[in-house]
Amino acid sequence: MDDLIKILKELHPEVDFESCTTLIDDKILDSFDIVTVISEINEEFDVVIPAEEIVPENFNSAKALYALIKKIEDED
Amino acid sequence: MNMQQRNVMEYLDKTVKVCPDKVAFANEDPSNDLTFGELYKRSRSIGSLLSSEGYYNEPVVVFMKKHPNAISAFFGCVYGGCYYVPIDEEMPKFRTELIIQTLKPRIMICDEDTVEVAKEMNFEGRIVLYSDAIKADIDDIALQKIRNKQIDTDPIYIVFTSGSTGIPKGVVACHRSVIDYIENLSEVLEFNSETRFANQTPLYFDACLKELYPTLKFGATTVIVPKSLFMFPIKLVEFLNEHKINTVCWVVSALTMISSFKVFERIKPEYLTNIAFGSEVFPIKQLRLWREALPNARFTNLYGPTEATGMCCYYKVDREFELDESVPIGGPFRNTDILLLNGNNELCKEGEEGEICVRGTSLTLGYYNNFEKTNEVFVQNPLNKIYPELIYRTGDIGKRNERGELLFVSRKDYQIKHMGHRIELGEIEVNVNNLNGIKTCCCVYDKEKDKIKLFYVGDPEVSEVITTLKDKLPRYMIPNKAEKLDVLPYTPNGKIDRKKLSTM
Repeated sequence: MDDLIKILKELHPEVDFESCTTLIDDKILDSFDIVTVISEINEEFDVVIPAEEIVPENFNSAKALYALIKKIEDED
Repeated sequence: MNMQQRNVMEYLDKTVKVCPDKVAFANEDPSNDLTFGELYKRSRSIGSLLSSEGYYNEPVVVFMKKHPNAISAFFGCVYGGCYYVPIDEEMPKFRTELIIQTLKPRIMICDEDTVEVAKEMNFEGRIVLYSDAIKADIDDIALQKIRNKQIDTDPIYIVFTSGSTGIPKGVVACHRSVIDYIENLSEVLEFNSETRFANQTPLYFDACLKELYPTLKFGATTVIVPKSLFMFPIKLVEFLNEHKINTVCWVVSALTMISSFKVFERIKPEYLTNIAFGSEVFPIKQLRLWREALPNARFTNLYGPTEATGMCCYYKVDREFELDESVPIGGPFRNTDILLLNGNNELCKEGEEGEICVRGTSLTLGYYNNFEKTNEVFVQNPLNKIYPELIYRTGDIGKRNERGELLFVSRKDYQIKHMGHRIELGEIEVNVNNLNGIKTCCCVYDKEKDKIKLFYVGDPEVSEVITTLKDKLPRYMIPNKAEKLDVLPYTPNGKIDRKKLSTM
């Protein structure tokens, strides 16, 4: 989880990713951030996020995103 | 082309009689639908208000969020004989301030979301709320008087492009060049009353002309795609399907976002048959994915500078391309002429590279209150020694292939001299783009240090990229420095931000 927070913090140091659950709803992450995050996750966790998982629910909070990473890891 | 037409609003005047209850402009929320009847009424209310308050033939800033209402405000300005200047909450504040300084407008139309920001601006003029403006009484006689005295070279909008000096330049376009563009674009892309556009481009650039005016001309429909969907490729395609979108005129990066995440394996845009793209080179790998997914769709590459009203060249994709080829920009629309001029201001011979220059009605009027910059690029046709005739020098380098098709080679300013050789950075980019696992790339040139820098997005490591390139390019074209990025920076209109890269 810390590794993920670090990735997100690099994009937006001002955001409290531990508690924020409206990263998409409040337009904190934009389309370039999403592309960056997906690519960083791919490098850091060796996880490829498939297109069908690129949905707002999975990106609204660090927690949701981390759960997604775990889910994909478990499926492998 | 209808030679009688002098005013772009004649499109709406005619269409409203044919299909007043059809939806003209919409977004994701059906309660925001604007029918042609409602659009006509609101636009004419706004025009009447401007007229009754004494505004005429002057810039009216439209500062509203991206919404069907903003479009009706644009048309309201035109009915009022004024010209609209769209600005947007997405624009950086320093840019909007510079625009206001350049224009010194007397009036601005806002909505509830922008009015507070507008009040904070360094703006002295009147602020009118859209919701008030559309309540104004329609003055048919005043609007008819305006129509009668307007001529087709009167301006209808100003959009701002970045200037190399850092001060944005306001490109002023008139009825005549827009009508010429819409007529010829519509013929090439075969728009009709059944056309359903999904708008992607911001309303504050000329790119959205492709949807706005053909919608009026044909009684077609434009649905504004929520910006957030361009983060979520599957939802984006679902949106296109839900709204039965058959036509998109998007920047290349919006299209490749769908193809590069392998979305087509899950879902396809079922109704999409007409795909026009521009502003960037379409990577052949991605274009192939699109053509495989939609084998019956038409793909059209568009090219053109804002200064020549939207687009001026097109190429209908009619064959397969090798990975090391680029999609041609083809040839000019009807009633536009392209001159390829070499360094001696002579027409290029076959295969010779030269500056792409535009001749014809499509030329805009120039830059607002900036004769100096206007006169640098809107110049006398050097081939014509006998009467005044303007051409626009695009600063883009092109050449013709053996088929006679025009190819975009690079920007004039990306041509560099390095280690005594003339190099097109575009050529390096094409080679990098074709390496396995490369999504996109950009080369910039550091003149001071005489170094070529490569930035790319993709899987391979730097060492691998450089080693492979050595097999493809002469030694002097190998980048001196390469950096792998997660994403390339883009300008607001979707082009790779080369300025930002050159400072990295």
